Amino acid sequence: MDFNDTAEEAAYRAEVRAWLDKNATRKENAKDIAPPKDLKEMIAQSKAWQAKKADAGYACITWPKEWGGGGGTTINNVIYSQEESKYAVPGGIFAIGLGMCIPTVMSWGSDEAKQRFVKPAVRGDEIWCQLFSEPAGGSDVAGLRTKAEKDGDDWVINGQKVWTSGAHFCDYGILLVRTDPNVPKHKGLTMFWIDMKDPAVEVRPIKQMSGGAEFNEVFFTNLRVKDSQRLGKVGDGWKVALTTLMNERLAVGGSQGNADTDELISLARNTDIAGEPAIRHGGVRERIADWYVQAQGLKFTRFRTLTALSKGETPGPESSISKIVAAKKMQDLGSFGMDLQDMGGVIRDRKISPEEGAYTEQWIGAAGYRIAGGTDEILRNIVAERVLGLPQDIRVDKDLPFNQAPKGK
Amino acid sequence: MNFDFSDDQKMLKEQVRKFLADKCPMSVTRRVLEKEEPYAAEVWKGLVEMGLTGTAIPEEFGGLGLGALELCVIAEELGRAAAPVPFSSSIYLAAEALRLFGTKKQKETWLPKLASGEIIGTLAVSEGTHAAHPRNIAVKQAGGKINGVKQPVVDGGAASLAIVAVNTGGSGEGAVSLAIVDLKAGGVSTEPVRTLDPSRQHVTLSFKDAPAEILGDKPGEGWSQLSRVFDGAAVLFAFEQVGGTEAALEMARDYALERYAFGRQIGSYQAIKHKLADMYVKKELAKSNAYFGAMMLNDEGAELTEAAAASRIAGSDAYVFAAQENIQTHGGIGYTWESDCQFHYRRAKLLALAVGAPIQWKEKLVARLEAKNAA
Repeated sequence: MDFNDTAEEAAYRAEVRAWLDKNATRKENAKDIAPPKDLKEMIAQSKAWQAKKADAGYACITWPKEWGGGGGTTINNVIYSQEESKYAVPGGIFAIGLGMCIPTVMSWGSDEAKQRFVKPAVRGDEIWCQLFSEPAGGSDVAGLRTKAEKDGDDWVINGQKVWTSGAHFCDYGILLVRTDPNVPKHKGLTMFWIDMKDPAVEVRPIKQMSGGAEFNEVFFTNLRVKDSQRLGKVGDGWKVALTTLMNERLAVGGSQGNADTDELISLARNTDIAGEPAIRHGGVRERIADWYVQAQGLKFTRFRTLTALSKGETPGPESSISKIVAAKKMQDLGSFGMDLQDMGGVIRDRKISPEEGAYTEQWIGAAGYRIAGGTDEILRNIVAERVLGLPQDIRVDKDLPFNQAPKGK
Repeated sequence: MNFDFSDDQKMLKEQVRKFLADKCPMSVTRRVLEKEEPYAAEVWKGLVEMGLTGTAIPEEFGGLGLGALELCVIAEELGRAAAPVPFSSSIYLAAEALRLFGTKKQKETWLPKLASGEIIGTLAVSEGTHAAHPRNIAVKQAGGKINGVKQPVVDGGAASLAIVAVNTGGSGEGAVSLAIVDLKAGGVSTEPVRTLDPSRQHVTLSFKDAPAEILGDKPGEGWSQLSRVFDGAAVLFAFEQVGGTEAALEMARDYALERYAFGRQIGSYQAIKHKLADMYVKKELAKSNAYFGAMMLNDEGAELTEAAAASRIAGSDAYVFAAQENIQTHGGIGYTWESDCQFHYRRAKLLALAVGAPIQWKEKLVARLEAKNAA
């Protein structure tokens, strides 16, 4: 047992490091470089960086070179991500497009669509979003109501999507709609790609509880799309969507940048309970131990998965526990960090709070993280059904035509 | 990245698993518990014949000279079977204490016998219903004799050798030594102790001028020796806990598929599905921590204590939770004497207390983390 790279992995890592050293700034040397506040500037920087990566074979590392990828292995991709995370580089506005949308286009799109879209997306020239969730279909995505009706060679789309990350700056999207309400819900869906700049598409930001606005509502009013924009057969939309969703939990990823036990120990050494340092308090010590053990458990679960990848094996289902544990831990640890600051724990003002309000921000953000990309409850269902082989829930709408199934408002 | 056991180690695991599935089903654990046998003699004999007792004992002392990783895979299978055998006492504790800290002569005297299964060994630390501490070790050694009482001592009835934590005078940690006591050499009386898990025999050992010899070449090092032995045993017990968790989860899963209530399988209710998913989550956290524990133990790494503590905390949490919720999933039938659920319930808590309760390990862990943070 060891954490070492194989000879090939070490060579690849060295190559990656040399390239990053030449083309980017390490985080510790980038403290004075503020990320751009302006959205356009942020997008321009991201696009420039993505193009640079594509030229060097570091964009879509596992994809074939003929599609603009790097022709590498999954472990190459992991190594690149590990190394890139040490550098101050623009963030992941392409993650959803390249992680979910373009793979769907590659699996189900026409040759023409693939030729047209894959390479520009890899280079970051065009950005994609995923339009699945709706006000009436969150965890139960297949309950969506946005409808597409055939009109000659076109389809006319009306309805609303929600929680669409990045819709306000995306060029294209993949859209799941209902094409037949007279059959059970999973059977009446169809997938299309759409042009997000079409005037029939209206994007409105959603202001989150945190005050930020990373997601949008997207409205369609008589949006016309060509039948050639269809991905997969009419009525096969659910099957197509599964291709996309399989990649989602990978794309949503971890919870980097949050306070963990080391920060909490520092905080507990500098705060008091009944006039004694909080770190001396048994309740504090026990919580630190529990969260440390969870954090280590997650880290070494990731290492087990990486080991399987490194050996060219398919990883086991163990990585399915990651977000279930990480999201709740993020919330509980944030909450406890606020408790240690006592009445001052409410402060979010970064100028006043020695912790820069980090625990408060973390606690607020965690409420969203426990829901995004699969709620705690849906993820437990997935573990129960796919890993442990337990039966699916009884679904009362499963065999009913969608338009006769019970619905809320 | 090679954070996994080797093919040979996995093969060894498979062999032990097959042997135990065949020779040590739950009916054997039930028999030992009901008849109050000291241990399942035929299972123990089989493990000895497979050479497993000698796994990590150096070749020069009659063992196979393999490492901690091999012991870990064996431990996981012993845990899965809730095997009623003295493997942990004899090997993780007595043999490891001798291998780590014994003089050459002490090793030559005892290790070949432990490796060959000719004798069983154990470790005697506890003196009643409180955590051991340098301040409260009351068994005294003076002039090559020990006096006092240890209880409960697991496998103390079957063992011929005990490594005993004793007070040799002096202050603080320096007051504690580990003593090698030949339990057949006189001055020792044993009395059975009724415990939570009678599938593992416990006794009170009373010493009256029993001949004893300090482990290693000087007294006063017992507390740090004990700490290191416990670190290793914590990792090995964590593998038993992972195996036990997996077995309890499988029992609960199988029952949830077979049992119908309100016209459907109980495993189709989210209350049950989520409970079982939580067992799985805890099991994987325990396993991943135990893997790091195994690696640190095998390499005698700088983070052994932290890794051992994390293994123990996660392993205890997972197995106790799985054993409790396994009974809950079974409902009333799970609480009957006839049900096998009880064996995991008993064993899970026994293992969680075996080398110190989780709360003690949390303290040990945070003390280390705090020191690192301050540095």
